[in-house]
Amino acid sequence: MRATAKIDVKHLSLFYGDKQALFDVSLKIPSFQTTALIGPSGCGKSSFLRCLNRMNDIVSNVHIEGKVLLDKEDIYISSIDVVELRTRVGMVFQKPNPFPRSIYENVAYGPRIHSLFKNKSDLDEIVELSLKRSALWDEIKDRLHQPATRLSGGQQQRLCIARAIAVNPEVILMDEPCSALDPIATAKVEELIDELREKFTLIIVTHNLQQAARVSQQTAFFHSGYLVEAGETGALFTMPQDERTQGYITGRYG
Amino acid sequence: MSQHIVKAYDEELETLHRLIHQMGELTLEQIQKAIDSLVGRSEKLANEVIGHDYEINHLETRVDALSVRILALRQPVASDLRTVVAALKIANQVERIADYASNIAKRSLLLMEYPSVVLMDELSSLAIKPKEMLEKALLAFTTYDVNLALRVWHMDREVDEQYNAYLLQLFDVMIAAPQNISPCTHLLFAAKNIERIGDQSSNVAESVYTMVTGKPFKESEIL
Repeated sequence: MRATAKIDVKHLSLFYGDKQALFDVSLKIPSFQTTALIGPSGCGKSSFLRCLNRMNDIVSNVHIEGKVLLDKEDIYISSIDVVELRTRVGMVFQKPNPFPRSIYENVAYGPRIHSLFKNKSDLDEIVELSLKRSALWDEIKDRLHQPATRLSGGQQQRLCIARAIAVNPEVILMDEPCSALDPIATAKVEELIDELREKFTLIIVTHNLQQAARVSQQTAFFHSGYLVEAGETGALFTMPQDERTQGYITGRYG
Repeated sequence: MSQHIVKAYDEELETLHRLIHQMGELTLEQIQKAIDSLVGRSEKLANEVIGHDYEINHLETRVDALSVRILALRQPVASDLRTVVAALKIANQVERIADYASNIAKRSLLLMEYPSVVLMDELSSLAIKPKEMLEKALLAFTTYDVNLALRVWHMDREVDEQYNAYLLQLFDVMIAAPQNISPCTHLLFAAKNIERIGDQSSNVAESVYTMVTGKPFKESEIL
């Protein structure tokens, strides 16, 4: 495991009003690896994921304690530009959510609002590279200007990944990215995740334990708002250290 | 350990344990009968042992099939995965032990062509420890008892020592009277088979160690 932590979460607690959703979570996310977050519904894994690019800010009455360091810099201090933060830490959601525009415009959207290009051919290049990196290019290169909504579910999800990649993020957060996809589309996204970690640091929330085992190098198990156990994926799935992890991953009553 | 949410999964793992237990019981019986056939010069008993070997082979096949089924359908992880892998290995190891019992029975038939020799009775006591090792190694599997597995593993040294002492006695008998050489050679092979039962039982103990601890068995770490 590479020693450098891209994200270093220290003693993070999250509250929605009076209700505490995360309790004193500390976790290092290594660079250029995929970290899987697993745990039963309501365990706090998605809340945790959303703390990493301040998506929880949108929720009213939310407050956090502790620190989230991105490259050693606290992302919760007031001088941080949240919009810029979210270009550095991109996100892909459970259901593919392409804009009702063309395939091209979906990918070009981010670079446009962030003015990441000089001229049209620059933008074309970004769109092509993003679609290639998301393994979609060959399938759609002849119909870039057709509506994105005409793509299959799996293609739409890879388009959303291309859209996230287009602004050149450092970290990509994925919240159940395959739960709406069939096994073939899932396999393609998993293969993509494996390729993406050469360039990006990935964090994926999944209910599919086999998927966590397949795609990640580090796995973290959450339960009732606590981080129970985190470790090298192979070790966690063969010899978990905590009874609760053992119970959850083997499908036993907790 | 608490139960699986899916009951059929628990039933399959229980069946796996039951099959291994059955293999163990049958094999222990086979070893005892093989030794008795040799010491008591019973052709009937020896043939019984040889005839029943297929039952153990059949049980091993069932363990293999069930393990593959569990791997394919349940995708076991953590302690469940380690249990299935251990069951696969242990079934194979016990099947080998049953082969040794069968080999002893074959030697017993060959020995009947010769007049009774001294040291035949001693095979009984030579087999006590290896049988105990197998019994305890299988108990360690059922109860996930790593300490018991380690005790079994350490017992193998005594088995080796007893075997070596027995060999020296056999040599003396052979040197004393050349007509003893043929029957004593059969005894020597029977004794070797008994010693191998100890070896394989300590392999079972190693499989249990890995199943419980999740670590590969390394001699240097436990001595």
